[in-house]
Amino acid sequence: MPKLTVDGIEIEVPAGSTVLQACEAAGKEIPRFCYHERLSIAGNCRMCLVEVAPGPPKPQASCALPAMEGQTIRTDSPMVKAAREGVMEFLLINHPLDCPICDQGGECDLQDQAVAYGRGASRFHENKRAVTEKYMGPIVKTIMTRCIQCTRCVRFAEEVAGVEEIGAINRGENMQITSYLERAVTSELSGNVVDLCPVGALTAKPYAFEARPWELTKVSGIDVMDAMGTNVRFDVRGRQVLRIVPRINEDVNEEWAHDKTRHVVDGLSARRLDKPYVRKNGKLAPASWEEAFKAVAAAAKSAKASVAAVAGDMVDCETMFAARELVHALGGSMLEGRQTGLAYDTSSLSAVNFNTGIANVETADVILLVGSDLRREAPLVNARVLKAVRKRGAKVFAIGPETELNYKVEWLGASLKALTNLPAHVADALKGAERPALIVGGGALRYAGAHGAALKLAADFNLVREGWNGFNVLHFAASRMGGLMLGYAFEGGIKAVAAEKPKLAFFLGADEVNFDLFADTFKVYVGHHGDAGAHAADVILPGAAYTEKAGTYVNLEGRVQRGERAVFAPGDAREDWAIFRALSDVVGKTLPFDNLDQLRAAMATAVPALGQQGLADYGWEVPNLPADPDADVADYPIKDFYLTNAICRASATMQRCSAELVHGETFAEAAE
Amino acid sequence: MADAPQIPDEADVRARWGNFAWTPENAEQAAKIIARYPEGRQQSASMPLLDLAQRQVGAQTNTQGWLPVPVIEFVASQLGLAYMRVYEVATFYTMYNLTPVGKFHVQVCGTTPCMLRGSDDVLAACKARGLSKGHTTADGLFTLNEVECLGACTNAPMVQINDDNFEDLSYDSTLALLDALAAGKPVKIGPQIDRQTSCPEGGPTVLKEMVTENHDYRGEWQ
Repeated sequence: MPKLTVDGIEIEVPAGSTVLQACEAAGKEIPRFCYHERLSIAGNCRMCLVEVAPGPPKPQASCALPAMEGQTIRTDSPMVKAAREGVMEFLLINHPLDCPICDQGGECDLQDQAVAYGRGASRFHENKRAVTEKYMGPIVKTIMTRCIQCTRCVRFAEEVAGVEEIGAINRGENMQITSYLERAVTSELSGNVVDLCPVGALTAKPYAFEARPWELTKVSGIDVMDAMGTNVRFDVRGRQVLRIVPRINEDVNEEWAHDKTRHVVDGLSARRLDKPYVRKNGKLAPASWEEAFKAVAAAAKSAKASVAAVAGDMVDCETMFAARELVHALGGSMLEGRQTGLAYDTSSLSAVNFNTGIANVETADVILLVGSDLRREAPLVNARVLKAVRKRGAKVFAIGPETELNYKVEWLGASLKALTNLPAHVADALKGAERPALIVGGGALRYAGAHGAALKLAADFNLVREGWNGFNVLHFAASRMGGLMLGYAFEGGIKAVAAEKPKLAFFLGADEVNFDLFADTFKVYVGHHGDAGAHAADVILPGAAYTEKAGTYVNLEGRVQRGERAVFAPGDAREDWAIFRALSDVVGKTLPFDNLDQLRAAMATAVPALGQQGLADYGWEVPNLPADPDADVADYPIKDFYLTNAICRASATMQRCSAELVHGETFAEAAE
Repeated sequence: MADAPQIPDEADVRARWGNFAWTPENAEQAAKIIARYPEGRQQSASMPLLDLAQRQVGAQTNTQGWLPVPVIEFVASQLGLAYMRVYEVATFYTMYNLTPVGKFHVQVCGTTPCMLRGSDDVLAACKARGLSKGHTTADGLFTLNEVECLGACTNAPMVQINDDNFEDLSYDSTLALLDALAAGKPVKIGPQIDRQTSCPEGGPTVLKEMVTENHDYRGEWQ
């Protein structure tokens, strides 16, 4: 714990800290471009120069200098001021003065730091260098003349995204940052380089020239594109969400978000359901809320207790709770959220939870993936595993068909029999591991016996021990854990629900269901996009997307989080819980809440864990399940990462990403 | 960016070099090179392997060789590195050619000492023989490049042709050198005037008494 003095302030910092971190600990702001907390240290921008004694009588780059006992650091001396001005002047020599047309304007590190630490005028009268644009894919727009070569994007691609496809080519004056041969970067995390870029060299292509940062209202939300519960910020102007960027949450997404989270935003204003529809003579026709409610009430009357509710992948707990209360009030009991037919046992939530925790995965030393295409099902969990592999040398084994993961994986074949009969070296590795983790994905859970075998393996290898629970099930629907907590799991799964032939079923934004199974059911679709569910419905009640309602979401590790409403739903669409409350009135079973607070109170009474933000405690209970899997994992549930739900499918950006990055189509770049 | 190398069309290059593999001798040599570095530090072998690959390409095309993208990728895969990492190395160092060169790669030093001693004449001579900067002559014999200091300032002006230096050049001696190379005649490597390596021209200029016998200068110190 070295003690040092920064501008006369004595502080003690942890061993291994850098001088820059020590200065920050002392409350001093150190300008920087290349240094980033989550990336390796490059030390190439020279903006963080400070004066250090003892040491050479010249300014030193604080980001790459270890803090030592007894150092005296000045960040406010004339030497430091002159050094910063000098570095800034050099950086600006080749930087174009195009701030008025630059998308980074207003949130640009270079702009801010030039104002704060620059000289105010340049003495450079020669020509500036110009660099050609580089193609980096459908997400990242490049204006490379603005690049100051901090190499943050290069380090991010290698260290966090795990795809070494961005690099610096040529040298000196000719040095350029580019993707390999100017091909699209094949990372689902590529959008993060836009946030990392301290200048306007890398900006978001779909967001180009949309808005200035100071025009935007910022609202905290939770992402629903996968089960991570990524903390996001909705940037809103008027009635539209223009941009979604991650918020920092060390336990969940650190400060990353994948491309679907960020760029699904244009899907929120396309193919929206903005008025109720009722099917008349086989065709959906626009209707008023009264007509729609009347149609549902009539169906409810004849359905008696034969009522079901099927939750989609993106709904919030409030919606599911309101629907559940209505179904219960009508006398029904069929609730299901696993649209695609999974039917695993849910008697113990701990047995279907990501018990290790997202943040803890990066400390694991042996990881066994079972039927999980981690990179597509949860890219940010995958980034944590990558960190475990890169930083701690974790070994990763996988059962399932081989898929492209961005770290070294030893594939053990697709047969789930391996679960009960692990190869000797894998068994030894698991036995010898201090923090072993087993991750079971939906690809395996659908096979009988797999869940039980995985739990048995966890018991046999003592994966659950003091201070460490290595048994994980990886979900990829944002509503899953919340749904399971609210009882959206019917014995036998959705096929069993269909077999009961419910007379009336509510589909809460459920678009992945095989609607043929519900041919004789009166289908009410409560959702926000005109997708499969709306096509099959008899009545459509237009609801709100995740940006348009305050909602509680439970992520795959059982973390209860709340998002706020950023905008109002379009047209006649209403918040989903309010639809159920209004409908309950019409069918004569008025639900006991008139506003969101009352609903949340009722929900907290029914499921106390949902009333409190933070990790829900499921304990650790192992259900007794058959453990004799006899199948090969045929494939993984996510075939196309960019088109997994109704909002993505409505998004032009996501369609483009899918065509280019998944299906390998090429697109000619329009000349600017 | 005008000086940055223009990478040749990718499809053609892939068609021509897509199945690049070591010759048996070079495979052996490559294995030796890789073995020089400790386990896990194979990245260090990327530079010697790129050089070896460039020489093999040169042998196969009867030129000084260059590094087509598939060849860079071949080296990267052999070392288990990302293509980008090796590509960065290949683009950083000027001795790796990213475009095809001729049989003789003429690299004229144009840095200050050579410039003061007449590198302009050397370039003029090259121009007189039809060479132009950054290009290969139509017959495929010569590629001319102006490079930064090659560390032979004592013998300025100089050129490096392939692996050899030709020094103390003038307009005429450059012409003679190029003609001899084009005709396939043997050429003298090193200084093109009567001079041994970088010894003073026309014999010693200082410490002359020391040439034949030991001489004590101390008495002459003023």
